Amino acid sequence: MIDAAVWFVSWVAILGGSVFIVAGGVGMVRFPDLYTRLHAASMTDTGGAILLSFGLFLQAVFVFGNALAAIKVALILFFTLFTAPTASHALAKTALLCGQVPLGVDGKPILDSPEEATQLARSRSVDYRSGQDAVEILEETRRHKRARSQEQGDNGDHG
Amino acid sequence: MFAVATIALLITMVLALGRALAGPTLFDRLLAVNSFGTKTVLLIAVYGFLTGRPDFLDIALVYTLINFIGTVAVLKFFEVDDLGSGIYQEDDY
Repeated sequence: MIDAAVWFVSWVAILGGSVFIVAGGVGMVRFPDLYTRLHAASMTDTGGAILLSFGLFLQAVFVFGNALAAIKVALILFFTLFTAPTASHALAKTALLCGQVPLGVDGKPILDSPEEATQLARSRSVDYRSGQDAVEILEETRRHKRARSQEQGDNGDHG
Repeated sequence: MFAVATIALLITMVLALGRALAGPTLFDRLLAVNSFGTKTVLLIAVYGFLTGRPDFLDIALVYTLINFIGTVAVLKFFEVDDLGSGIYQEDDY
């Protein structure tokens, strides 16, 4: 009874993890933009790793009877859950800092220039948790930029 | 069942490698390489179970951490052009 249940659950988990992983690979090849590719790859990385590790954990405990292997699989899952989202976040933030402009739904860039992307990534005024609208942040960035360029123009006139 | 997971992982690794070779920007390549590393970890784990002797899990565990540290190091290098600098970044405003 319990053998059949373990077999069924781990089979479903490993198969589901495989489907997630292949979908992530296809998304990484087919999506049009760096950020959409990042989304596909990182979501399926985490989901596939969770499902696959869960299936392997069940197999290690109930089929192989190997407690050490089960603990190691759990540790792999633990570290993956910390490192994979962190790496994805660092990748997205660095891409924005280096001026990679995201594309909108219509396939056009949503920012005017790479410099705006850099400023958006650097702005410390962004409060991620308050749900502040991205458009609002962008307007603020442009206002700052205009004010700064006016200041510089004034300095140039006086100097 | 382990064979299915192994084949799925190998297919995805080929796709990631294609993106790493074709990727127009540096970040596409880095994303593909990071994803390739994660899949390698899972492949090592699954292969151990496939052969019936899960003895390679230590290597997978080490590879997880090395993969993360390597990705972050390369990202930092391309962000600030330096790995040991004390100045991180200057705010524009």
